[in-house]
Amino acid sequence: MARELPMVAAINEALHIAMAADPTVIVLGEDVAGGGGRREQGIEEAWGGIMGATRGLLKRFGPERVRDTPISEMGFLGAAVGAALTGLRPVAELMFIDFLGVALDPLLNQAAKLRYMFGGKARVPLTVRTSTGAGLRSAAQHSQSLYGITTSIPGLKTVIPSNPADAKGLLLAAIRDDDPVVFCEPKSLLFVSGDVPEGDYEVPLGQAQIVREGHDVSLVAFGRTVRTALDAAELLARDGIRAEVLDLRSLQPLDEAAILATLARTGRLVVIDEATPRCGIASDVAALCVDRGFDLLNAPVRRITAPHAPVPFSAVLEDAYLPSAERVVAAVREML
Amino acid sequence: MRPLATDELLDAYRKMRTIRAFEERLQELVMAGALSGFLHLYTGEEAVAVGVCQHLGPRDMVASTHRGHGHCIAKGVDVGGMMAELFGRRTGICKGKGGSMHIADLDRGMLGANGIVGAGIPLAVGAALTAQIRRTGGVAVAFFGDGATNQGQFHEALNLAAIWALPCLFVIENNLYGEATPVEFVTPVRDLAARAAAYGMRSDIADGMDFFDVHARAGEAIAQARAGKGPTLLECKTYRYSGHYVGDPLTYRTPAEAEFWRTQRDPLRRFEERVVADGLVDAATLRRIDREVATLLEQAVAAAASAPHPDPEDLVRDVYVRG
Repeated sequence: MARELPMVAAINEALHIAMAADPTVIVLGEDVAGGGGRREQGIEEAWGGIMGATRGLLKRFGPERVRDTPISEMGFLGAAVGAALTGLRPVAELMFIDFLGVALDPLLNQAAKLRYMFGGKARVPLTVRTSTGAGLRSAAQHSQSLYGITTSIPGLKTVIPSNPADAKGLLLAAIRDDDPVVFCEPKSLLFVSGDVPEGDYEVPLGQAQIVREGHDVSLVAFGRTVRTALDAAELLARDGIRAEVLDLRSLQPLDEAAILATLARTGRLVVIDEATPRCGIASDVAALCVDRGFDLLNAPVRRITAPHAPVPFSAVLEDAYLPSAERVVAAVREML
Repeated sequence: MRPLATDELLDAYRKMRTIRAFEERLQELVMAGALSGFLHLYTGEEAVAVGVCQHLGPRDMVASTHRGHGHCIAKGVDVGGMMAELFGRRTGICKGKGGSMHIADLDRGMLGANGIVGAGIPLAVGAALTAQIRRTGGVAVAFFGDGATNQGQFHEALNLAAIWALPCLFVIENNLYGEATPVEFVTPVRDLAARAAAYGMRSDIADGMDFFDVHARAGEAIAQARAGKGPTLLECKTYRYSGHYVGDPLTYRTPAEAEFWRTQRDPLRRFEERVVADGLVDAATLRRIDREVATLLEQAVAAAASAPHPDPEDLVRDVYVRG
């Protein structure tokens, strides 16, 4: 049975399921209990995360497994790596991926590399939940889409759901994965609802999904831009252009076979990413198509991304910053 | 604390001698061109690693530094596997893929040397968190230098350990220099242990050149941690004989200074003088241990030098548990 839930509730459900099923799963981060547990003041539950994703965990699983941390991302992410290395399965919350700037070493030089450096004898089953993306008028330091950085680091996995059902299944898979996984939560989608199956299920890491079939052009998207691609496909359909939309869901491992397969069906590919254009996922996908799908291409691969600029505060500017369905449609028209 | 039994004294001496001989052998191998890479030697600091690790067992964890060989040996990591690792061979403790700065042995509770100054400290905090939540009875020890006490990771990790009362011991190996820079150039407090006060944490200062002093103070701190009374910051004042790395031109310190520490403060000599004077161990027994250690190391070098190199396929193996 599926119910309509916003993505943040689907994430919350996944955390409840994971913690109930496995006593080694712990949750830590800034405000994950959010000041709850002050019984003497009558405050049992409080924030439960800045977005409410960890609500109810403290009450159900107790303060030993649900820990508010100080605002020291480097320290608690490092501790989470050490805990993962020694037998726990921590889910750490990096409130905004922008805070990678003060917290990168535990991911870059520790979590990602310990297994390899130790000759395959270590496991780091760490999940880092973090929010990504623009659209909430939160400006340059709380709106970035820095998953390209984590995707580029060998040893880390990076996933990003586009809908509540995938959010729940991907998060359960990420927590149970024995490698460190960065789980990106697109901020603009957290309060958008969709059908979410009941119970315990996983969406395997590394499997893209076709969310709309078509034969004329492939629109490759992930996270927030899946909606952009679907809107573009709808606009194109009015002119009889049938666009296929592929939701990557996982950036590392990347489902290269699914990308090449949709390209083989359509011969044209547009990749849509709300991140900045340099050294990013869109460039990666374009390079894959040229390297291994050149003979399949009937038109140049097009990348629709944000500009090489920080995210602006002004609503007018931020809306212009983000990839739009209109830009996708215009690109497709030039290819046909 | 109870006095050390003879076999404990001999074990401590054997480990300190093994560290000394291991590091001196590495220096020779580098000079002979047989080893490559960055090597940071632990000679002079043996009493710190061994004085602390004599209190630790299999359930206890240690996080180390770029100067990590001594911590490995003190924690019981196999010397043959370590030597093969430094030769970059498939038989190495990390299959030749870690090298000196990432040498590790999780089976021995050794969470790795670390090439990033200060990065081992939160790893130890995480290991202590595991011990606390899973009630293993274990403790976690972070070893790090004076330089690391100016890193954010040090401060963030100490704060976490203090607020969560984790079973953790933080051991500063204050060897007076962070790379080439004297500690007083970069640190406004004379005793680095003073930094514990900011976290409401117990602290202590040990003579890092005296096994017995380190052993006693570390023992007290570890007992507190095991009793659920939280972490301690233990500063061990010590000295690095060989400089920051093998090949260090040592232009930042006088030969007389190093000579003073080597001749007047040497931890192995002081250990020997004390146990012989107290009639606990005779010098002949220590010389026998010296010979056994020398033989062990020759065997380790011979085995490492003739061991197979990694397979080409190892290049991309073990990046992930499941790709």
